[in-house]
Amino acid sequence: MQNRWGPTRVGPFGLLQPAADGIKFLFKEDLTPPHVYKPLFLAAPMMAVIFALTSISVIPFGNSIRLFGYDIPLQITDVNIGLLMILGVTSLGVYGVALAGWSSNNKYSLLGGLRASAQMVSYEIALGLSLVGVLIQSSSFSLRDIVDAQGGHFLGFIPRWNIFHGQFIGFFIYLMAAYAETNRIPFDLPEAETELVAGYHTEYSSMKFAMFFMAEYANMITVACLATLLFFGGWHGPLFGPPLMQALLPVFWFVAKVVCFLFLYIWVRGTLPRFRYDQLMDFGWKFLLPLAIANLVATAIAVAW
Amino acid sequence: MNFHLILFLAFGGVCVAGAVNLLAQRHPINSALSLIAVMAALAGEYLLLGAEFVAAVQVIVYAGAIMVLFVFVIMLLNAGEEEETKGSRVAVMFGVPGMLIASVLMAWIVLRHSGTEAVAIGALPGDPRDIAQLLFHNFLLPFEVTSVLILIAIMGAVVLASKPESQSGKVD
Repeated sequence: MQNRWGPTRVGPFGLLQPAADGIKFLFKEDLTPPHVYKPLFLAAPMMAVIFALTSISVIPFGNSIRLFGYDIPLQITDVNIGLLMILGVTSLGVYGVALAGWSSNNKYSLLGGLRASAQMVSYEIALGLSLVGVLIQSSSFSLRDIVDAQGGHFLGFIPRWNIFHGQFIGFFIYLMAAYAETNRIPFDLPEAETELVAGYHTEYSSMKFAMFFMAEYANMITVACLATLLFFGGWHGPLFGPPLMQALLPVFWFVAKVVCFLFLYIWVRGTLPRFRYDQLMDFGWKFLLPLAIANLVATAIAVAW
Repeated sequence: MNFHLILFLAFGGVCVAGAVNLLAQRHPINSALSLIAVMAALAGEYLLLGAEFVAAVQVIVYAGAIMVLFVFVIMLLNAGEEEETKGSRVAVMFGVPGMLIASVLMAWIVLRHSGTEAVAIGALPGDPRDIAQLLFHNFLLPFEVTSVLILIAIMGAVVLASKPESQSGKVD
C-alpha cells in the first residue's frame, strides 16, 4: 500500500481537505453535455445518493442509552424487517448507475452502466444468500435482535459473534459479494479507467460527479456496518470504567469495527489488481453462488439438528 | 384525518399518477421508470397497512429485480421514442368509458364484499413469522409446486434463449 503524505495544507494535518473538496465541487461549473437525455441525466446521481443514504437509516449503532430520563435507541428507525429493507434499498441503487450510463449518450458510459448493473444484479444473489445463514441462526430480520443474539461468550473468552458461530464461510462470501456490490477494487470493472475512461460517470462534472462518489462511499459504510452487525457482534465488546464510559463504549466498539472494515477496503484497493470481466462473472456465478447455497444448507442442517 | 391516512392517500396518489404517466409517456425508459414508481408506492401502501415483509419483498422483487431487467433490455436495445399514430378513434370512444366503468365496478364490488375492518391501517398480519408459518406449514404443497413451476419456466427460458451448438459457429 502506498505510504505517502496526502494534501496537508487545509486545517490540521490536512483533515479539512474533504470539506474543502466538497465546497469546491459545489461551486464548480455544472456542465451538461449536449445530446444527453436531460431528465434522467439529472435524476441519476440524485437516485444514487438518495438510495445510498436511505439504507443507513435502519442501522443501529449502539444499544439504547438513558439520557435525562428518556430511553434513546441509537438508531433512526427500528423496523422488524431492517435487513430486508437494506437489501431492497440497495437493490434500487442499481438504477442510479444504470440510468447514468444510459442517459449520458456516450458509449463508454453505457458500457460502464451495463457492466455495473450486470455485476450488481449477479452479486446481489450471493450477497443475499450469504446473509440467510445468519438469519437462520438468529431467527429475526431485525438488526437489533440479530446483534442481541450475539451477546455473551463461548468458553468464557471467545465472543459469541456469528463469525465464530459457524458463519465463517458466510462472512467471506458476504465480504467478497459486498466488494463487488459497491464496485470497489478488485471488482471495479464499471469504472475501469484503462478501458472505459471513467465508466458511467464519464460525462458528469462538479457536484453531480461528487454525488456518485458520495453514494459509493456511503454504500461502503453501509456494507461495513452490516458486516459488523451481522458477523462481528455489532456493539458488543468489553465494558469497563465509570457509568458514562460504559454507556459510550458500545458505540465506540461499533465504530471501531466499522473503521476496521473501511480500512480493509482501502487496503484491498492498494493490494489487488482488477479482475477481467469474464473472471468476475465466473467467480460470482460459478464459485460464490454454489458456495453460498452450500453454506445455507449446512447452516440449516446444523440448526435443525 | 390522522397522519397515516394522509400518507396512505399520498402513496395512492403517486401510484395512480405513475400508472397514468406510464401510459402517457412516449419513451419506453420513462414508462419503465413510472412503473418503478408505481411499485415503490405500492410498497409504501403495504408498509402502512402493517405488512412490512410484503412491502420489503415488493421492493426487492419487483422494483429491484424485475424492473432492472426491463430497464436493462430497454437500454440494450436502445429503444427509441414510440412512433406516433393518429390513434384509433374506437379506442378513445370505448376504451376510456370502459375503463371508468370497470374501475367503478371493481371498487363497488370490493366495498360491498369486504368489511370495513379489512382496510384498517396497520391491520394486516405482516410478521415474517406468520408468513413463514403460512408458506412452509399450511400451504407447503402449493408453495413447493409453484417453485417447481418457476424452475420449469426458467429452464424453458434458458433452452429458448440459447442457440444450438452446431449453429453458433457459422452464423455471426
